[in-house]
Amino acid sequence: MTESAGIIILSYCGAIGLILLGVFAMVMYRHLIRIIFGLMLLEAGVNLFLITIGYRANAVAPILVDGQIPAAAMVDPIPQAMVLTAIVIGVGVQALALALVVKTYQAYRTLDTQELAQKLAKETGVDIIEGTPVYLPSPLAAHKQILEEKST
Amino acid sequence: MNLREISSLVFIVWLGLLLGAVLKIVAYDNILTGGVGTYILTHAAPELGAENIVTSVLLAYRGLDTLGELTVLFVAITAAGLVLGQRRTDAPSDSDAGFILRTAANLLFPFLIILGTYILLQGHFSPGGVFQGGAILAAAFFVPILASPASPLHHRVSRLVEGLVVATFMIICLLALFSDDAFLALLLGKGSVSQLFSAYSLPLLHIVIGFQIGTAFAGILARLQETEASD
Repeated sequence: MTESAGIIILSYCGAIGLILLGVFAMVMYRHLIRIIFGLMLLEAGVNLFLITIGYRANAVAPILVDGQIPAAAMVDPIPQAMVLTAIVIGVGVQALALALVVKTYQAYRTLDTQELAQKLAKETGVDIIEGTPVYLPSPLAAHKQILEEKST
Repeated sequence: MNLREISSLVFIVWLGLLLGAVLKIVAYDNILTGGVGTYILTHAAPELGAENIVTSVLLAYRGLDTLGELTVLFVAITAAGLVLGQRRTDAPSDSDAGFILRTAANLLFPFLIILGTYILLQGHFSPGGVFQGGAILAAAFFVPILASPASPLHHRVSRLVEGLVVATFMIICLLALFSDDAFLALLLGKGSVSQLFSAYSLPLLHIVIGFQIGTAFAGILARLQETEASD
């Protein structure tokens, strides 16, 4: 075990920790924005993981100086190029997810997934999580409920 | 704790153990022997004349991947624009920011453009490259919008630039196809290392992709910003 082994282990642990935190946030939270934050953490973890695979101790960035290959070793350039690609795609995906969240909030006035499921069940008569039909109140009762919600 | 949360926790612990197994198989003496990484490190500069090896991987060795990535970005941003929809012309917009922010945004604009273009042009022989330069170009167009939200980005113009840029990229690829019978093959001469005009057609591809990323990011940020405020 050398000093570089310590760095590599730390970096892998950080990457794994970020991935687990991201997955944790995505499965445990009910708020849509928090779920997107979980996705971002997951992406960061995966990127760090890939970069760590290409890491070499005491190596320099893969850029030549004055056309000469530097005396020190260079890190693997392929994971770095792939991570650059992944970052840009990640931003595109996040933008799309945020756009969907904006529209969801405008339509349903809530970002809580359980409240969303209830509202959708009221609208469609089907529980979107279980896929089972739910009891729909009679039109009169539903109308009364809407009036009550408006008055409060 | 209901069943769903418990099973999620079990899943996370299991995933952690699975990923932790990497620590067991990773090579700690970190000697990169053979493999495509070593090949590219030793051959990229003589073959391409590009000093920035990450750039040569991105645009030459894996150029097709970058084309695919641009397609993904294009689709994601188009879909986001579709979801957010067109803004009504009479919709109220946020009021302008203060004097200091507006003046600073106007002052910054040319410098950000120059910096972004410089990073794009230098990408094949110095640190920097397409994505960094593209992000700075996007910031140049987005900062003025933040300063005065009432003056919107001309989406038609930005879409036009984006389309033209993608078309240019395809034309460069197709020219290579006809001149050297390989898609995305390198055009022009190798030139000498560390010159602006060197490394085949990499600088051209650089500028094209940088502008595409810049317009895409600026467009999506502007769309998210000018979404109608919910009343």
